[in-house]
Amino acid sequence: MHRFGETVAVDHLDLQIGAGEVFGLLGPNGAGKTTTIRVLNTLLPVQEGTVRVFGLDVSRYATDVRRHLGYVPQQLSIEAALTGRQNVTWFARLFDVPRRERAARVDEALATMDLLGVADRLAGTYSGGMIRRLELAQALVNRPALLVLDEPTVGLDPIARESVWDRVRQMRDDYGMTVLLTTHYMDEADELCNTVALMHRGRLQVVGSPGRLRAGIGADATLEDVFRHYAGADLGGDEEQKGVRDVRRSRQTARKLG
Amino acid sequence: MSVAVVRPRASWAEGIRLLVVRTGALSLVELQKLRHDNTELVTRVIQPVLWLLVFGQIFSQIRAIPTGDLSYLAYLTPGILAQSALFVSIFVGIQIIWDRDAGILTKVMVTPTPRSAIVLAKAFAAGIRGLAPVVVLVPVALLLGVSITVNPVNIIGAAIALMLGAGFFACLSMAIAGVAQARDRLMGIGQLMTMPLFFASNALYPIDIMPPWLQVISQINPLTYLVNALRGLLVGAPATSGRTSAC
Repeated sequence: MHRFGETVAVDHLDLQIGAGEVFGLLGPNGAGKTTTIRVLNTLLPVQEGTVRVFGLDVSRYATDVRRHLGYVPQQLSIEAALTGRQNVTWFARLFDVPRRERAARVDEALATMDLLGVADRLAGTYSGGMIRRLELAQALVNRPALLVLDEPTVGLDPIARESVWDRVRQMRDDYGMTVLLTTHYMDEADELCNTVALMHRGRLQVVGSPGRLRAGIGADATLEDVFRHYAGADLGGDEEQKGVRDVRRSRQTARKLG
Repeated sequence: MSVAVVRPRASWAEGIRLLVVRTGALSLVELQKLRHDNTELVTRVIQPVLWLLVFGQIFSQIRAIPTGDLSYLAYLTPGILAQSALFVSIFVGIQIIWDRDAGILTKVMVTPTPRSAIVLAKAFAAGIRGLAPVVVLVPVALLLGVSITVNPVNIIGAAIALMLGAGFFACLSMAIAGVAQARDRLMGIGQLMTMPLFFASNALYPIDIMPPWLQVISQINPLTYLVNALRGLLVGAPATSGRTSAC
Protein backbone atom coordinates (compact mmCIF):
# COMPACT_ATOMS: atom_id res chain seq x y z
CA MET A 1 0.00 0.00 0.00
CA HIS A 2 1.19 3.57 -0.71
CA ARG A 3 -0.48 6.76 0.43
CA PHE A 4 -0.02 10.44 -0.37
CA GLY A 5 -1.56 12.08 2.67
CA GLU A 6 -5.16 10.86 2.81
CA THR A 7 -5.12 9.56 -0.76
CA VAL A 8 -4.43 5.87 -1.26
CA ALA A 9 -2.46 5.67 -4.51
CA VAL A 10 -1.76 1.92 -4.42
CA ASP A 11 -4.00 -0.38 -2.41
CA HIS A 12 -2.98 -3.94 -1.48
CA LEU A 13 -1.13 -4.69 -4.69
CA ASP A 14 0.06 -8.29 -4.95
CA LEU A 15 1.94 -8.78 -8.17
CA GLN A 16 4.70 -11.02 -9.46
CA ILE A 17 6.60 -10.36 -12.67
CA GLY A 18 8.40 -13.31 -14.21
CA ALA A 19 12.04 -12.96 -15.23
CA GLY A 20 12.44 -12.37 -18.96
CA GLU A 21 8.88 -11.32 -19.68
CA VAL A 22 7.56 -8.05 -21.07
CA PHE A 23 4.99 -6.94 -18.52
CA GLY A 24 2.52 -4.15 -19.22
CA LEU A 25 0.96 -2.11 -16.44
CA LEU A 26 -2.24 -0.57 -17.75
CA GLY A 27 -4.93 1.61 -16.32
CA PRO A 28 -6.46 5.06 -16.52
CA ASN A 29 -4.49 7.99 -15.19
CA GLY A 30 -4.58 8.01 -11.42
CA ALA A 31 -4.80 4.21 -11.33
CA GLY A 32 -1.53 3.91 -9.40
CA LYS A 33 0.79 2.75 -12.22
CA THR A 34 3.39 5.48 -11.80
CA THR A 35 3.39 5.12 -8.01
CA THR A 36 3.92 1.38 -8.40
CA ILE A 37 6.84 1.97 -10.76
CA ARG A 38 8.33 4.62 -8.49
CA VAL A 39 8.25 2.30 -5.50
CA LEU A 40 9.75 -0.50 -7.57
CA ASN A 41 12.60 1.63 -8.91
CA THR A 42 13.38 3.01 -5.42
CA LEU A 43 12.20 6.60 -6.05
CA LEU A 44 9.47 6.28 -3.42
CA PRO A 45 9.83 4.49 -0.08
CA VAL A 46 7.96 1.26 0.63
CA GLN A 47 5.37 2.37 3.19
CA GLU A 48 3.68 -0.97 3.79
CA GLY A 49 4.40 -4.50 2.65
CA THR A 50 7.42 -5.85 0.81
CA VAL A 51 8.81 -5.17 -2.65
CA ARG A 52 11.52 -7.45 -4.00
CA VAL A 53 13.48 -7.06 -7.21
CA PHE A 54 15.35 -10.26 -8.13
CA GLY A 55 15.10 -11.33 -4.51
CA LEU A 56 16.42 -8.07 -3.06
CA ASP A 57 14.29 -6.13 -0.63
CA VAL A 58 13.95 -2.68 -2.22
CA SER A 59 13.70 -0.85 1.09
CA ARG A 60 16.90 -2.45 2.47
CA TYR A 61 19.09 -2.70 -0.60
CA ALA A 62 18.04 0.26 -2.74
CA THR A 63 21.53 0.92 -4.13
CA ASP A 64 22.01 -2.73 -5.07
CA VAL A 65 18.61 -2.88 -6.73
CA ARG A 66 19.47 0.22 -8.77
CA ARG A 67 22.54 -1.53 -10.22
CA HIS A 68 20.18 -3.85 -12.10
CA LEU A 69 17.69 -1.29 -13.36
CA GLY A 70 17.35 0.63 -16.57
CA TYR A 71 14.74 3.39 -16.57
CA VAL A 72 13.19 5.55 -19.25
CA PRO A 73 10.83 8.14 -17.78
CA GLN A 74 7.91 9.60 -19.66
CA GLN A 75 9.63 12.97 -20.19
CA LEU A 76 12.35 13.47 -22.79
CA SER A 77 15.16 13.30 -20.29
CA ILE A 78 18.39 13.74 -22.22
CA GLU A 79 21.01 16.45 -21.80
CA ALA A 80 20.54 18.51 -24.96
CA ALA A 81 23.93 20.23 -24.48
CA LEU A 82 25.79 16.89 -24.68
CA THR A 83 26.35 14.69 -27.71
CA GLY A 84 24.51 11.38 -28.00
CA ARG A 85 27.71 9.53 -27.14
CA GLN A 86 28.36 11.72 -24.07
CA ASN A 87 24.80 11.11 -22.87
CA VAL A 88 25.30 7.35 -23.00
CA THR A 89 28.86 7.44 -21.60
CA TRP A 90 27.54 9.46 -18.65
CA PHE A 91 25.21 6.60 -17.69
CA ALA A 92 27.92 4.02 -18.31
CA ARG A 93 29.95 5.84 -15.64
CA LEU A 94 26.99 6.06 -13.27
CA PHE A 95 26.53 2.30 -13.59
CA ASP A 96 30.22 1.45 -13.07
CA VAL A 97 30.74 -0.01 -16.53
CA PRO A 98 34.49 -0.82 -16.36
CA ARG A 99 36.70 1.77 -18.06
CA ARG A 100 38.28 -0.75 -20.48
CA GLU A 101 34.85 -1.89 -21.70
CA ARG A 102 33.13 1.47 -21.58
CA ALA A 103 33.72 2.74 -25.12
CA ALA A 104 32.71 -0.59 -26.66
CA ARG A 105 29.58 -0.85 -24.51
CA VAL A 106 28.55 2.71 -25.37
CA ASP A 107 29.03 1.99 -29.09
CA GLU A 108 27.08 -1.25 -28.73
CA ALA A 109 24.14 0.52 -27.05
CA LEU A 110 24.18 3.27 -29.68
CA ALA A 111 24.41 0.74 -32.50
CA THR A 112 21.49 -1.27 -31.08
CA MET A 113 19.41 1.89 -31.22
CA ASP A 114 20.73 2.74 -34.70
CA LEU A 115 22.32 5.96 -33.48
CA LEU A 116 26.01 5.26 -34.03
CA GLY A 117 26.11 7.45 -37.15
CA VAL A 118 24.85 10.49 -35.26
CA ALA A 119 26.54 9.74 -31.93
CA ASP A 120 28.76 12.82 -32.02
CA ARG A 121 25.98 15.27 -32.79
CA LEU A 122 24.50 17.31 -29.95
CA ALA A 123 21.43 15.48 -28.63
CA GLY A 124 19.50 18.75 -28.83
CA THR A 125 19.51 18.37 -32.62
CA TYR A 126 17.87 14.89 -32.54
CA SER A 127 14.27 14.23 -33.58
CA GLY A 128 11.74 12.99 -31.01
CA GLY A 129 12.09 9.37 -32.08
CA MET A 130 15.89 9.59 -31.97
CA ILE A 131 15.75 11.06 -28.46
CA ARG A 132 13.58 8.14 -27.29
CA ARG A 133 16.09 5.71 -28.81
CA LEU A 134 18.95 7.60 -27.15
CA GLU A 135 17.17 7.21 -23.82
CA LEU A 136 16.83 3.49 -24.47
CA ALA A 137 20.57 3.38 -25.25
CA GLN A 138 21.28 5.11 -21.91
CA ALA A 139 19.08 2.60 -20.12
CA LEU A 140 20.68 -0.34 -21.91
CA VAL A 141 24.35 0.51 -21.43
CA ASN A 142 24.58 -1.32 -18.08
CA ARG A 143 22.73 -4.35 -19.53
CA PRO A 144 20.01 -4.12 -16.89
CA ALA A 145 18.15 -7.18 -15.71
CA LEU A 146 14.98 -5.07 -15.41
CA LEU A 147 14.11 -2.31 -17.85
CA VAL A 148 11.34 0.05 -16.74
CA LEU A 149 9.66 2.10 -19.47
CA ASP A 150 7.12 4.73 -18.42
CA GLU A 151 4.92 5.43 -21.44
CA PRO A 152 7.84 5.09 -23.86
CA THR A 153 5.93 6.06 -27.00
CA VAL A 154 3.79 8.94 -25.76
CA GLY A 155 3.65 11.64 -28.43
CA LEU A 156 5.59 9.67 -31.05
CA ASP A 157 4.40 9.38 -34.64
CA PRO A 158 3.46 5.86 -35.88
CA ILE A 159 6.84 5.27 -37.56
CA ALA A 160 8.82 6.31 -34.47
CA ARG A 161 6.50 4.18 -32.28
CA GLU A 162 7.09 1.17 -34.50
CA SER A 163 10.83 1.83 -34.29
CA VAL A 164 10.71 1.87 -30.46
CA TRP A 165 8.61 -1.32 -30.45
CA ASP A 166 11.18 -3.02 -32.67
CA ARG A 167 13.95 -2.04 -30.25
CA VAL A 168 12.03 -3.31 -27.21
CA ARG A 169 11.41 -6.65 -28.96
CA GLN A 170 15.07 -6.79 -29.96
CA MET A 171 16.21 -6.16 -26.37
CA ARG A 172 13.88 -8.86 -25.07
CA ASP A 173 15.16 -11.35 -27.66
CA ASP A 174 18.86 -10.44 -27.49
CA TYR A 175 19.35 -9.89 -23.78
CA GLY A 176 16.41 -11.75 -22.25
CA MET A 177 15.85 -8.86 -19.89
CA THR A 178 12.63 -8.31 -18.01
CA VAL A 179 10.73 -5.29 -19.30
CA LEU A 180 8.08 -3.47 -17.28
CA LEU A 181 6.20 -0.83 -19.21
CA THR A 182 3.25 1.42 -18.68
CA THR A 183 1.24 2.59 -21.65
CA HIS A 184 -2.09 4.07 -22.62
CA TYR A 185 -1.92 2.48 -26.06
CA MET A 186 -3.73 -0.85 -26.01
CA ASP A 187 -2.29 -1.88 -29.38
CA GLU A 188 1.17 -1.33 -27.92
CA ALA A 189 0.42 -3.53 -24.91
CA ASP A 190 -1.11 -6.18 -27.18
CA GLU A 191 1.89 -6.08 -29.50
CA LEU A 192 4.69 -6.12 -26.93
CA CYS A 193 3.55 -7.68 -23.67
CA ASN A 194 3.54 -11.32 -22.60
CA THR A 195 1.47 -10.32 -19.59
CA VAL A 196 -0.58 -7.26 -18.75
CA ALA A 197 -1.99 -6.09 -15.44
CA LEU A 198 -4.85 -3.63 -15.28
CA MET A 199 -5.00 -1.28 -12.32
CA HIS A 200 -7.90 0.93 -11.34
CA ARG A 201 -8.18 3.27 -8.35
CA GLY A 202 -4.95 1.88 -6.91
CA ARG A 203 -6.13 -1.73 -7.01
CA LEU A 204 -5.16 -4.57 -9.30
CA GLN A 205 -8.20 -5.56 -11.37
CA VAL A 206 -6.92 -8.37 -13.55
CA VAL A 207 -3.66 -9.99 -14.70
CA GLY A 208 -3.03 -12.26 -17.64
CA SER A 209 -1.79 -12.59 -21.17
CA PRO A 210 -3.46 -10.20 -23.64
CA GLY A 211 -4.98 -13.17 -25.46
CA ARG A 212 -6.50 -14.68 -22.32
CA LEU A 213 -7.90 -11.32 -21.18
CA ARG A 214 -9.47 -10.68 -24.58
CA ALA A 215 -11.00 -14.16 -24.63
CA GLY A 216 -12.44 -13.54 -21.18
CA ILE A 217 -14.50 -10.63 -22.51
CA GLY A 218 -15.72 -12.08 -25.79
CA ALA A 219 -14.75 -13.73 -29.03
CA ASP A 220 -13.99 -10.53 -30.95
CA ALA A 221 -12.93 -8.44 -27.97
CA THR A 222 -9.90 -6.19 -28.17
CA LEU A 223 -7.62 -5.20 -25.31
CA GLU A 224 -9.37 -1.85 -25.39
CA ASP A 225 -12.65 -3.65 -24.60
CA VAL A 226 -10.89 -5.32 -21.67
CA PHE A 227 -9.68 -1.92 -20.53
CA ARG A 228 -13.21 -0.46 -20.78
CA HIS A 229 -14.67 -3.46 -19.00
CA TYR A 230 -12.45 -2.96 -15.93
CA ALA A 231 -11.92 0.83 -15.96
CA GLY A 232 -15.60 1.50 -16.76
CA ALA A 233 -16.89 5.05 -16.78
CA ASP A 234 -13.59 6.51 -15.57
CA LEU A 235 -12.01 5.95 -18.95
CA GLY A 236 -12.98 9.33 -20.37
CA GLY A 237 -12.24 11.39 -17.27
CA ASP A 238 -8.64 10.48 -16.75
CA GLU A 239 -7.11 13.94 -17.00
CA GLU A 240 -9.33 15.13 -14.16
CA GLN A 241 -7.85 12.48 -11.91
CA LYS A 242 -4.30 13.18 -12.95
CA GLY A 243 -2.21 15.78 -11.16
CA VAL A 244 -1.69 19.09 -12.96
CA ARG A 245 2.05 18.47 -13.12
CA ASP A 246 1.52 15.03 -14.71
CA VAL A 247 -0.83 16.38 -17.34
CA ARG A 248 1.55 19.25 -18.09
CA ARG A 249 4.43 16.79 -18.36
CA SER A 250 2.56 14.54 -20.82
CA ARG A 251 1.60 17.49 -22.96
CA GLN A 252 5.11 18.96 -22.86
CA THR A 253 6.53 15.64 -23.97
CA ALA A 254 4.02 15.38 -26.79
CA ARG A 255 4.74 18.99 -27.82
CA LYS A 256 8.51 18.46 -27.83
CA LEU A 257 8.07 15.42 -30.00
CA GLY A 258 6.11 17.53 -32.44
CA MET B 1 15.74 -16.01 -18.22
CA SER B 2 17.60 -16.95 -15.09
CA VAL B 3 18.81 -14.03 -13.04
CA ALA B 4 21.63 -14.57 -10.59
CA VAL B 5 20.73 -13.69 -7.03
CA VAL B 6 22.45 -10.41 -6.32
CA ARG B 7 24.65 -10.32 -3.27
CA PRO B 8 24.20 -7.04 -1.45
CA ARG B 9 27.49 -5.26 -0.86
CA ALA B 10 27.53 -2.51 1.67
CA SER B 11 30.52 -1.05 3.43
CA TRP B 12 31.92 2.33 4.38
CA ALA B 13 34.64 2.00 1.75
CA GLU B 14 32.09 1.20 -0.96
CA GLY B 15 29.95 4.16 0.12
CA ILE B 16 32.92 6.54 -0.08
CA ARG B 17 34.01 5.07 -3.42
CA LEU B 18 30.52 5.59 -4.83
CA LEU B 19 30.43 9.18 -3.58
CA VAL B 20 33.82 10.05 -5.09
CA VAL B 21 33.34 8.25 -8.42
CA ARG B 22 29.79 9.50 -8.98
CA THR B 23 30.68 13.07 -8.02
CA GLY B 24 33.46 12.86 -10.60
CA ALA B 25 31.12 11.47 -13.29
CA LEU B 26 28.45 14.11 -12.66
CA SER B 27 31.03 16.92 -12.45
CA LEU B 28 32.46 15.82 -15.80
CA VAL B 29 28.99 16.13 -17.33
CA GLU B 30 28.66 19.64 -15.91
CA LEU B 31 32.01 20.57 -17.50
CA GLN B 32 30.98 19.02 -20.84
CA LYS B 33 27.77 21.04 -20.78
CA LEU B 34 29.76 24.24 -20.15
CA ARG B 35 32.14 23.36 -22.96
CA HIS B 36 29.33 22.88 -25.48
CA ASP B 37 27.44 25.96 -24.38
CA ASN B 38 29.68 28.58 -22.79
CA THR B 39 27.34 31.53 -23.42
CA GLU B 40 26.59 31.67 -19.71
CA LEU B 41 30.28 31.98 -18.82
CA VAL B 42 30.74 34.88 -21.24
CA THR B 43 27.63 36.77 -20.16
CA ARG B 44 28.43 36.26 -16.48
CA VAL B 45 31.68 38.19 -16.94
CA ILE B 46 30.08 41.41 -18.19
CA GLN B 47 28.34 42.50 -15.00
CA PRO B 48 31.37 42.28 -12.65
CA VAL B 49 33.52 44.12 -15.19
CA LEU B 50 30.93 46.91 -15.28
CA TRP B 51 30.92 47.07 -11.48
CA LEU B 52 34.68 47.53 -11.49
CA LEU B 53 34.84 49.93 -14.44
CA VAL B 54 31.86 52.13 -13.58
CA PHE B 55 31.12 51.85 -9.87
CA GLY B 56 34.76 51.30 -8.90
CA GLN B 57 36.18 54.19 -10.89
CA ILE B 58 33.47 56.65 -9.87
CA PHE B 59 33.79 55.86 -6.17
CA SER B 60 37.58 56.04 -6.48
CA GLN B 61 37.21 59.58 -7.83
CA ILE B 62 34.86 60.85 -5.15
CA ARG B 63 36.86 59.17 -2.35
CA ALA B 64 33.67 58.64 -0.38
CA ILE B 65 34.59 55.28 1.13
CA PRO B 66 37.50 55.03 3.59
CA THR B 67 39.63 52.00 2.76
CA GLY B 68 42.81 52.75 4.69
CA ASP B 69 46.04 52.18 2.78
CA LEU B 70 44.32 50.36 -0.07
CA SER B 71 43.00 52.14 -3.14
CA TYR B 72 39.24 51.76 -3.49
CA LEU B 73 39.69 49.69 -6.68
CA ALA B 74 42.02 47.29 -4.84
CA TYR B 75 39.48 47.11 -2.02
CA LEU B 76 36.60 46.52 -4.44
CA THR B 77 38.14 43.88 -6.75
CA PRO B 78 37.91 40.93 -4.29
CA GLY B 79 34.43 42.10 -3.33
CA ILE B 80 33.27 41.99 -6.94
CA LEU B 81 34.81 38.54 -7.43
CA ALA B 82 32.89 37.28 -4.39
CA GLN B 83 29.73 39.00 -5.63
CA SER B 84 29.92 37.33 -9.02
CA ALA B 85 30.39 33.92 -7.32
CA LEU B 86 27.29 34.65 -5.23
CA PHE B 87 25.20 35.74 -8.22
CA VAL B 88 26.22 32.68 -10.25
CA SER B 89 25.55 30.21 -7.44
CA ILE B 90 22.37 31.45 -5.87
CA PHE B 91 20.32 30.27 -8.87
CA VAL B 92 21.79 26.75 -9.08
CA GLY B 93 18.64 25.46 -7.38
CA ILE B 94 16.72 26.43 -10.52
CA GLN B 95 18.84 23.96 -12.49
CA ILE B 96 17.94 21.19 -10.04
CA ILE B 97 14.24 21.99 -10.44
CA TRP B 98 14.70 22.08 -14.22
CA ASP B 99 16.44 18.67 -14.12
CA ARG B 100 13.58 17.31 -12.01
CA ASP B 101 10.92 18.65 -14.37
CA ALA B 102 12.81 17.27 -17.38
CA GLY B 103 13.08 13.81 -15.81
CA ILE B 104 16.90 13.93 -15.79
CA LEU B 105 17.12 14.03 -11.99
CA THR B 106 14.69 11.11 -11.70
CA LYS B 107 16.76 9.06 -14.12
CA VAL B 108 20.00 9.79 -12.25
CA MET B 109 18.33 8.93 -8.93
CA VAL B 110 17.45 5.48 -10.28
CA THR B 111 21.17 4.77 -10.82
CA PRO B 112 23.39 3.65 -7.92
CA THR B 113 24.39 7.24 -7.23
CA PRO B 114 24.39 8.76 -3.72
CA ARG B 115 22.11 11.81 -3.54
CA SER B 116 25.00 13.78 -2.03
CA ALA B 117 27.03 13.24 -5.24
CA ILE B 118 24.33 15.08 -7.22
CA VAL B 119 24.59 18.05 -4.84
CA LEU B 120 28.40 18.02 -4.79
CA ALA B 121 28.64 17.97 -8.58
CA LYS B 122 26.29 20.95 -8.89
CA ALA B 123 28.35 22.77 -6.24
CA PHE B 124 31.52 21.95 -8.17
CA ALA B 125 29.99 23.33 -11.38
CA ALA B 126 28.99 26.48 -9.50
CA GLY B 127 32.61 26.77 -8.33
CA ILE B 128 33.86 26.57 -11.93
CA ARG B 129 31.30 29.16 -13.03
CA GLY B 130 32.34 31.34 -10.09
CA LEU B 131 35.96 31.13 -11.21
CA ALA B 132 35.23 32.17 -14.79
CA PRO B 133 34.98 35.94 -14.15
CA VAL B 134 38.49 35.88 -12.64
CA VAL B 135 39.95 35.35 -16.11
CA VAL B 136 38.63 38.73 -17.27
CA LEU B 137 38.23 40.65 -14.03
CA VAL B 138 41.82 40.28 -12.81
CA PRO B 139 43.41 41.58 -16.05
CA VAL B 140 40.93 44.49 -16.04
CA ALA B 141 41.87 45.25 -12.43
CA LEU B 142 45.59 45.11 -13.33
CA LEU B 143 44.97 47.53 -16.23
CA LEU B 144 43.27 49.88 -13.78
CA GLY B 145 46.41 49.83 -11.65
CA VAL B 146 45.32 47.44 -8.92
CA SER B 147 48.27 45.63 -7.38
CA ILE B 148 47.28 41.96 -7.24
CA THR B 149 49.64 39.33 -5.87
CA VAL B 150 51.59 37.12 -8.28
CA ASN B 151 52.33 34.57 -5.55
CA PRO B 152 51.00 31.27 -7.02
CA VAL B 153 50.15 29.94 -3.54
CA ASN B 154 47.95 32.97 -2.87
CA ILE B 155 46.34 32.73 -6.31
CA ILE B 156 45.57 29.04 -5.85
CA GLY B 157 44.28 29.79 -2.35
CA ALA B 158 42.00 32.51 -3.72
CA ALA B 159 40.71 30.16 -6.43
CA ILE B 160 39.93 27.51 -3.80
CA ALA B 161 38.21 30.09 -1.58
CA LEU B 162 36.15 31.30 -4.53
CA MET B 163 35.12 27.75 -5.47
CA LEU B 164 34.23 26.91 -1.87
CA GLY B 165 32.22 30.12 -1.53
CA ALA B 166 30.37 29.47 -4.80
CA GLY B 167 29.79 25.87 -3.75
CA PHE B 168 28.38 27.01 -0.41
CA PHE B 169 25.90 29.39 -2.01
CA ALA B 170 24.97 26.71 -4.57
CA CYS B 171 24.20 24.27 -1.74
CA LEU B 172 22.13 26.96 -0.03
CA SER B 173 20.23 27.49 -3.28
CA MET B 174 19.61 23.74 -3.71
CA ALA B 175 18.36 23.49 -0.11
CA ILE B 176 15.91 26.33 -0.81
CA ALA B 177 14.91 24.64 -4.10
CA GLY B 178 13.80 21.62 -2.06
CA VAL B 179 11.30 23.86 -0.29
CA ALA B 180 10.38 26.22 -3.14
CA GLN B 181 9.71 23.36 -5.62
CA ALA B 182 9.01 25.74 -8.54
CA ARG B 183 11.46 27.63 -10.76
CA ASP B 184 9.67 30.98 -10.72
CA ARG B 185 9.30 30.83 -6.93
CA LEU B 186 13.01 30.14 -6.51
CA MET B 187 13.85 32.96 -8.93
CA GLY B 188 11.97 35.36 -6.65
CA ILE B 189 13.60 34.00 -3.49
CA GLY B 190 17.05 34.18 -5.13
CA GLN B 191 16.56 37.81 -6.07
CA LEU B 192 15.29 38.52 -2.57
CA MET B 193 18.48 37.02 -1.12
CA THR B 194 21.24 38.31 -3.38
CA MET B 195 20.92 42.03 -2.75
CA PRO B 196 20.72 41.84 1.07
CA LEU B 197 23.66 39.40 1.12
CA PHE B 198 25.69 41.71 -1.12
CA PHE B 199 24.90 45.03 0.52
CA ALA B 200 25.15 43.64 4.05
CA SER B 201 28.70 42.45 3.41
CA ASN B 202 32.06 44.18 3.22
CA ALA B 203 32.22 43.74 -0.59
CA LEU B 204 31.65 47.44 -1.35
CA TYR B 205 32.51 49.23 1.90
CA PRO B 206 34.08 48.46 5.28
CA ILE B 207 31.90 47.19 8.09
CA ASP B 208 32.95 50.15 10.30
CA ILE B 209 30.94 52.65 8.30
CA MET B 210 27.72 50.61 8.47
CA PRO B 211 24.98 51.38 11.01
CA PRO B 212 25.32 49.11 14.08
CA TRP B 213 22.39 46.84 13.16
CA LEU B 214 23.89 46.23 9.73
CA GLN B 215 27.28 45.50 11.28
CA VAL B 216 25.69 42.66 13.25
CA ILE B 217 24.16 41.21 10.07
CA SER B 218 27.41 41.56 8.14
CA GLN B 219 29.24 39.60 10.84
CA ILE B 220 26.99 36.58 10.24
CA ASN B 221 26.89 37.05 6.47
CA PRO B 222 28.91 34.27 4.77
CA LEU B 223 29.77 36.61 1.89
CA THR B 224 31.76 38.79 4.32
CA TYR B 225 34.05 35.85 5.11
CA LEU B 226 34.55 35.03 1.45
CA VAL B 227 35.45 38.66 0.72
CA ASN B 228 37.89 38.66 3.67
CA ALA B 229 39.63 35.56 2.36
CA LEU B 230 39.94 36.94 -1.17
CA ARG B 231 41.10 40.35 0.06
CA GLY B 232 43.74 38.76 2.24
CA LEU B 233 44.99 36.46 -0.50
CA LEU B 234 44.84 38.75 -3.54
CA VAL B 235 45.59 42.28 -2.34
CA GLY B 236 47.35 41.52 0.94
CA ALA B 237 44.76 42.99 3.28
CA PRO B 238 44.62 41.06 6.57
CA ALA B 239 41.79 38.54 6.52
CA THR B 240 39.84 40.03 9.40
CA SER B 241 36.19 40.94 9.40
CA GLY B 242 36.70 43.70 6.88
CA ARG B 243 36.94 46.68 9.20
CA THR B 244 38.49 49.88 7.92
CA SER B 245 41.49 49.56 10.17
CA ALA B 246 42.20 46.09 8.89
CA CYS B 247 42.42 47.29 5.34
